Amino acid sequence: MSDLSPNKQARQGWMSLLAKAPPRRVVDLFDAFGSPEFEWLRVPEIGSVMVRGRMGGTGSAFNLGEMSVTRCSVKLVSGEVGHAYVQGRDKAHAQSAALIDALMQTDRAPELRAKVLDPLSTEMAAAKRDRAQKAAATKVDFFTLVRGED
Amino acid sequence: MQTDALDGGFSDPPVQSSYAFRAALNAMARPGTIEEMVGGHAPEPLSQAAATLILTLCDHETPIYLAGEHDSPEIRQWIAFHTGTPIASRSEAMFALGTWDALGPIHDFPIGTAEYPDRSATLIVEVQSLEPSGAKLSGPGVKDVSFLNLPEVNAFAGNATLYPLGLDFFFTAGNHVAAIPRSTKVEAP
Repeated sequence: MSDLSPNKQARQGWMSLLAKAPPRRVVDLFDAFGSPEFEWLRVPEIGSVMVRGRMGGTGSAFNLGEMSVTRCSVKLVSGEVGHAYVQGRDKAHAQSAALIDALMQTDRAPELRAKVLDPLSTEMAAAKRDRAQKAAATKVDFFTLVRGED
Repeated sequence: MQTDALDGGFSDPPVQSSYAFRAALNAMARPGTIEEMVGGHAPEPLSQAAATLILTLCDHETPIYLAGEHDSPEIRQWIAFHTGTPIASRSEAMFALGTWDALGPIHDFPIGTAEYPDRSATLIVEVQSLEPSGAKLSGPGVKDVSFLNLPEVNAFAGNATLYPLGLDFFFTAGNHVAAIPRSTKVEAP
């Protein structure tokens, strides 16, 4: 996605973070921040999308499987539009994510980043590291002794 | 960001689309009756009834053809955001939207095949007003005769002779809708 402008890349970054974050944490952090007034452009709806992959990132595309996704769109009173596509079936998660997306386009963005996005990304990075460490602890290195065949 | 294309969807999709579908069903089942259809709001020149019909009937599997003034970037964006409906040519469309003059001549829309008469187009015709007067309608769903101010008669009379193939028509004006299925016999007043 190198053809995207820096603004779009940044937006892609937080939308991606919100889509994958644990629903409860997104809602809790955003409730603590405080929800603005808004109107719905698209009320939350649940659907499924086909996840596709490429073997090694370069092979031909294959269907990995379906996952459930919740999407919604909101418009703030000040006019900013926020969209969210989040994994799972949690409508409150989608609502919070769309509102965060809209607020990140306003001048409250730095505050929001500090109070919601940064804690989320830190927690998710930590969770990922923990999981990787747990998995690494069970790794078995196979080796074969030279068999005395002669 | 230009947001007009994002406004005007249903605020309560399950309920509003059910009411709208019922109205569309009643209009089609009783040719000539004029039903109220509200809920959707699209950019000009799309009427409220036509916008609601599109929200109710169209999705990503039903290509739509936009004719004349209705083929504007604003309307394309609105349809894309709210329904995901692809825009198609006349011969591949399952729905078509426009004024009668822009849609005509109507013989190059798909009329279905003998095996699959349902693979035909449904035309959503925007008209100035709907009045229970003018062309005489009879056939299934009409008790004796009913009347509707159609833009012309010959095209509908010709369409009825194709039965069981043929096109179906919705007429929309403001927040009202009427319909003529292919089974309806249309005669000059």
